[in-house]
Amino acid sequence: MEQLLQQIINGISLGSIYALIALGYTMVYGIIKLINFAHSDVYMLGAFIGYFSMTTLKLGFLPSLLLSMLFSMILGVVIEKVAYKPLRNATRIAVLITAIGVSLFLEYVTMAIAGANVRSYPPLTGILTESFNLMGITITMQQILIVTITVVLMILLQFIVKKTRIGKAMRAVSLDSDAAELMGINVNSTISFTFALGSALAGAAGILVGIYYNSINPLMGTLPGIKAFVAAVFGGIGIIPGAMIGGYFIGIVEVLVSGYGNSMYRDGVVFAILILVLIIKPSGLLGKNTREKV
Amino acid sequence: MKKLIETNWIRKLISLILTFGIIQLLISLDIINSYLQTTLATICINIILAVSLNLITGFTGQFSLGHAGFMSIGAYTCALITLRVPSVLGFIIGVFAGAIMAAIVGFLVGLPTLRLRGDYLAIATLGMAEIIRIIFLNLDSITNGAAGLQDIPHFTNWPWLFVFTAGTILIISNFIKSSHGRACISIREDEIAADAMGINSTKYKVMAFTIGAFFAGIAGALYASTFNFIDPKIFSFSKSIDILVIVVLGGLGSISGSVIAAILLAIITTYLQSFANVQMIIYSLLLIIIMIFRPQGLMGSKELSLSMFSKIGEGFKPKKRRV
Amino acid sequence: MSILTVNKLTKSFGGLTAVSNVNMEINEGELLGLIGPNGAGKTTLFNLLTGVYVPTSGIINLNTDGKAVTLNGLKPYSICKKGVARTFQNIRLFKDLTVLDNVRIAMHKNIKYGLIPSFFHLPSYKKEEARLIEKSMELLKILNLEDKKDELARNLPYGEQRHLEIARALATDPVLLLLDEPAAGMNPNETAQLTELIGWIREKFKLTILLIEHDMSLVMNICERIYVLDYGMVIANGTPDEIKINQRVIEAYLGEDLNNAGD
Repeated sequence: MEQLLQQIINGISLGSIYALIALGYTMVYGIIKLINFAHSDVYMLGAFIGYFSMTTLKLGFLPSLLLSMLFSMILGVVIEKVAYKPLRNATRIAVLITAIGVSLFLEYVTMAIAGANVRSYPPLTGILTESFNLMGITITMQQILIVTITVVLMILLQFIVKKTRIGKAMRAVSLDSDAAELMGINVNSTISFTFALGSALAGAAGILVGIYYNSINPLMGTLPGIKAFVAAVFGGIGIIPGAMIGGYFIGIVEVLVSGYGNSMYRDGVVFAILILVLIIKPSGLLGKNTREKV
Repeated sequence: MKKLIETNWIRKLISLILTFGIIQLLISLDIINSYLQTTLATICINIILAVSLNLITGFTGQFSLGHAGFMSIGAYTCALITLRVPSVLGFIIGVFAGAIMAAIVGFLVGLPTLRLRGDYLAIATLGMAEIIRIIFLNLDSITNGAAGLQDIPHFTNWPWLFVFTAGTILIISNFIKSSHGRACISIREDEIAADAMGINSTKYKVMAFTIGAFFAGIAGALYASTFNFIDPKIFSFSKSIDILVIVVLGGLGSISGSVIAAILLAIITTYLQSFANVQMIIYSLLLIIIMIFRPQGLMGSKELSLSMFSKIGEGFKPKKRRV
Repeated sequence: MSILTVNKLTKSFGGLTAVSNVNMEINEGELLGLIGPNGAGKTTLFNLLTGVYVPTSGIINLNTDGKAVTLNGLKPYSICKKGVARTFQNIRLFKDLTVLDNVRIAMHKNIKYGLIPSFFHLPSYKKEEARLIEKSMELLKILNLEDKKDELARNLPYGEQRHLEIARALATDPVLLLLDEPAAGMNPNETAQLTELIGWIREKFKLTILLIEHDMSLVMNICERIYVLDYGMVIANGTPDEIKINQRVIEAYLGEDLNNAGD
């Protein structure tokens, strides 16, 4: 029982990171129907910016977090403007290949600048290194930090999407961008804003994963990226709460499979669950089935 | 009409013999040295992979991100057979056993997943290929896990590569020009209308998927025999992406496009090898630039043909597409 | 003898009942009209008959060659194989394929060669393909499209696209043809030609035809019987003359003067 609770706590920490990345996938997909492969590399670069901010610039954790979010935000918007915007009217598969191109570009440019080797993240200091024991379960301050930051960011995101003007515009564009444009919504700037929000969250996830796992490298984004996308599909792509639920679910399942089964099958189980969900309910946990009108 | 079909057939035969003969000559003159022969093998394997994926994605319109999964089944099957029966006969059995195994898995995977549409199908096929890879990774006693299989007997040479590559191109392009192939294309065009015209769309999607998997299995088998070493990492998600890139660059729905793109990409990669550290950066930039300026790929959905060259002289006619 | 019997057919989407308790009988060789105000459930009824939607309740029976087949729950392609073909209100051609290919694809259900001949273009393939082309050209000739056989469907003018939809439906070799607003978007001249054509193909192919149409001149001119749908229910059925003076129909169409139509 204690072990199970311990695993779930670990799963929630990992799930927080997946959820943060998944949110960016789901928002971008919701608005321009693109699997943004470059998103996982924005997350990777977020981790690297955090690293340089904490080592070279010697900034503290929170300023580094903000810096990496800001940088990721700008990067996300630039990617959209340079690579995706010219293809607004092209087939979706062409945009997808472009996204793959951007992803490779970011990975190998990072590799050329920072080297291919794994770097270890600067350790946290002071109170953040401590951990408690609660009825036999160990909870580290790191975990509390990760979950707290994730929850704060999610609440902030919900507030922006539900309560602000630009959030309303985002929802309108994702429902029907042509109609939204006719209603006077600036579709291009709404799309940019969506990329900015999603990328900022990915940047935050990057720095959090750095302090959690202690190591980063230029190809670190690929697998978590795919899994975060799986999380988004699992919850119902395009639906923000779906991405959160999906992220936590995938995180917990992964930790449980490693803990109780064979960690080699960890990713296999994640994908098997994904395929099952798709077959049983293709639109995901919270998605609505839509039919083409004949 | 009949005569037209026959001259076409003769023309095809002549161009095949010429292609085979010229390259064979270049090999015997050592102009194509052993290094370039590896490139040649890569080109052939990539052509088979791209043409077979084009059948699924370009012609039938089913977005697959898991082609490397089928390739790996062919590779492991052929490797395991030729390691035990290291003879030409073993190789031939290995190639076809690999293809059939891949086709069976393709069929079993396709049956439930092909009900999904668009990106959902893409993600399901991606997951399926990852599961296949993870199974190979964990079947230590048979596949030697992450360390992979070494010293796989080498049987591929230009004649074998040619037979399998030309065979794949001919069979798939023949299929496309048949009523069954047109049924597949009609699903890409409008699935609801195809269904209403008496075409069992699920059946033809699964059929395209199975045929595509069969040829991916052949490509995998040739890969194992050419490079003498396989491990699960080779067949990861990025391999599936590489194949998709060839198909999209060549043009969805154009077999000659896939062939041209496979050759071009191999040449570019070989050339870029001398700039190893920036190779991938240039490659990714090329990808982005080509997609921005030519999103329909090099050939669009048209096929390269002799009449195309004669048309250049008489200016551009309205674009037509025949099946 | 009736070729299609529909018994208490109902379809609800969530709380909305689009088709409710419809009874309908179509006799062999008949040309039947289905009319009703916008949103009356006409196309939904078509979609039920062709298997695009699964009925909530009720029975659809097709009687061909003295045998009754229940169409409920069958997939669209098997309903087509049983001999029911249709056109679409919002034209659904295979737009990027040629006119000839559009028609040939619809003949696929009767194809007489398997996969292996298609891989190697064996003699059985060549023979059958020649037959397909010949038969397609016959159909294209009937619909005045033979000169356009190599044109992409998307490049045809609107009226010809509607013709091609009919050719494609005929290529499936149906006994019952369902036409969903075949004259939509046509000018009076084209409509008159189409009216003639529909009557003619019925004779030529010995078809039973059910058509949805808003153009009253077409319906009143050629249909032998008419069913009127409103709010998903059949409110009247009878000959054009009976329908024109039916009080419930007039109320449903409120303001539209059916007496002047069709003259």
